[in-house]
Amino acid sequence: MYLSTVSRPEVTEVPDRLKRRVSGNVIALGAVSLITDISSEMVTAVLPLYLVVGLGMSPLAYGAIDGLYTGATALLRLVGGYVADRTRRHKTVAGVGYGLAALAKLGLIAAGNSLAGIGAAITADRAGKGLRTGPRDALITLSTPEDQLGRAFGVHRSMDALGAFIGPLAAVGVLMWAGSQEFDAVFFISFLVAAFGVVVLVLFVRDHREKAKPKAVDIRAALGLVRHKGVGALLLAASLLGLVVVGDGFVYLLLQKRGDLSMGWFPLLAVGTSLVYLLLATPLGVLADKIGRAKVMLGGYSALALVYLALIGPIDGIALIVLVLVLYGFFYAATDGVLMALAGRVLPKELRATGMALVQTGQALAYLGSSVLFGLSWQLWGPTAACAAAGGAVAVTIVVTALIFARVNRSVQP
Amino acid sequence: MMTVKTRILVALAAAALLVGAAVFYVARTSTPPAAAQLPRMASVAPPDDGVDRRSLQVLTNGVLGWASATDPHAPRGLSTVRCDRAYYAARTVACLRPVDALVGTKLSLLDIKDNEIKSVPLTGFPNRLKVSASGRMVSWTVFLDGHSYATTGFSTQTGILDTKTDAVVHSLEEFSATVEGKPHQAVDFNYWGVTFTADDNRFYATLGTGGKRYLVEGDLSARTVRTLTANVECPSLSPDGKRIAYKSAIDADPKKGWRLSVMDLSTLSSTPLGETRSVDDQAIWLDDATVAYALQRDDGVNDVWSISADGSGQPKLVVEGANSPSLTH
Repeated sequence: MYLSTVSRPEVTEVPDRLKRRVSGNVIALGAVSLITDISSEMVTAVLPLYLVVGLGMSPLAYGAIDGLYTGATALLRLVGGYVADRTRRHKTVAGVGYGLAALAKLGLIAAGNSLAGIGAAITADRAGKGLRTGPRDALITLSTPEDQLGRAFGVHRSMDALGAFIGPLAAVGVLMWAGSQEFDAVFFISFLVAAFGVVVLVLFVRDHREKAKPKAVDIRAALGLVRHKGVGALLLAASLLGLVVVGDGFVYLLLQKRGDLSMGWFPLLAVGTSLVYLLLATPLGVLADKIGRAKVMLGGYSALALVYLALIGPIDGIALIVLVLVLYGFFYAATDGVLMALAGRVLPKELRATGMALVQTGQALAYLGSSVLFGLSWQLWGPTAACAAAGGAVAVTIVVTALIFARVNRSVQP
Repeated sequence: MMTVKTRILVALAAAALLVGAAVFYVARTSTPPAAAQLPRMASVAPPDDGVDRRSLQVLTNGVLGWASATDPHAPRGLSTVRCDRAYYAARTVACLRPVDALVGTKLSLLDIKDNEIKSVPLTGFPNRLKVSASGRMVSWTVFLDGHSYATTGFSTQTGILDTKTDAVVHSLEEFSATVEGKPHQAVDFNYWGVTFTADDNRFYATLGTGGKRYLVEGDLSARTVRTLTANVECPSLSPDGKRIAYKSAIDADPKKGWRLSVMDLSTLSSTPLGETRSVDDQAIWLDDATVAYALQRDDGVNDVWSISADGSGQPKLVVEGANSPSLTH
């Protein structure tokens, strides 16, 4: 049903009002994200190999390091959002985040064989990501008229996904150029790319300060945010979203087993999803502005439910792989940026960055819980039952979220 | 405030500077590519002159070589072949080549002059490798990357090469499995650590599924495995074929480490050995009364130790700074 919605011809015939170009500031932020994502995905692509092959670490130890990632960022996101709102310097806070992540790449080289050093560098990298995300998304909303938020986030996420798509290829390119064991060269070039991202941020991104003196932002105001109209519901919706996503790793693992894919192709599953994501993020963002963000998000959830069903359904082989990657990329494109666009409408201006960080933190923590739950149910009941349960959870979420969105819509009516 | 033109020029200048830095860095660090050809090696196996001296083939810093099985201070031999895991039996030298970023590992079979006589390309990170006592059957286990079972997450692939027929079993997951008496197949199946019996058909291995790690007995020609008991990993059959040395997860929880143990296959009764440190290796038998295994120090360096197979005695250092041992007579 959602597919026919996407392919509906009116989509290309957007009214003139919506044809306005996306603000230069959003393009600049998109360019910074694109460059930064090339840098970070370069490292992500070779890090498991570097730890296990270069340093002889066991895959279990790598798993532990990987876990640090998520934990380190949750609180810092909130701090970054709050400081950005409080000082009204979104660009500066985001810039510190981008800069920290760039320096972390040098940290990886400096760490050498020290596990603690590598852990610290990775944590710094993720901390930088945590710091910048809230202020950056707030800047996008502050630079965009409310009725075009979907398009703006769509364009931004497309550029971001393009970076994620290029990054692994760039890493392979560097290894072919410098020698296949020269992980340090990948880290150093990743640092240079990230540094260039900071240069672009400094030169081309404009901070957005309200002319009028905004309401004072302090801890009390920030804590009061959850009682603000629609914010609690939004947080709930974001957490539900996090809760039904079981994790790319599981989806790709099941896909690899069901699709009879040899291990060498495994990384391409992520690249395939990125490709669908980057192609669909902008059109779906525009569509969200037109037919309603809630509808597009619910369409995304439906795609996710179909992913889980397809993973246990009768189709297999290459058809299954293509089907799942398209649905999964569609799910990301229809939910990630669209949720932020929705948040941009609900959150008060003076607490925009804090609120966005809060929504993202809720989503990230719920996701952490869901991947553990899914892993457990996989172990206890097997993958088929686990997928069926995940599919059922999505169905419940669609109903609950539809109700929540109806309330949010009412609450933000003038 | 800079004009747009100035800002674009500054950005271009910065880009040029950074590209220059990249070129400089790579030019400074990149090393000439390693010689593609396998260097000549004097001999992988020690001289076969009839003298009864037990020696071990080991890896020292990832380099294939050999050392005395009785004297830790005896001089060692080193080849120029690099392996992540190696095994020797009856003139079959098997080596799992190191992975690098662009090329996966492969199983290499070498003759005693180190020429590669056979290879099987593999995907994953080398973990276990064993050659049957006759030298005919080679079995390997690799960790597959990109796999994760959340917390206790790893995924393995175990295969077998028959060097006589060149038949390859790419994954034991192709075999029909009987788990606790019932036919069963699941996506979370992982096999690792194969050891062959003297007939080169029956074998023992570990099957991990549903959070348990089973000892399985397999039949290569029938392509079947069945579970015998639980909490047994990396079995290694004794020369007399009656017992296995294996690692047993403490309290059945691998996070608490493993206790090296020996099990009598006729009664399935186990004896924990005198080694109390956690052993994560597929042990070998030096003779019917002694097993040897590698143990990693805190700094990541491995040593090969031995201990009595009856549960008595203290561990004895056999080869310092080496791992992946196998007996070469």
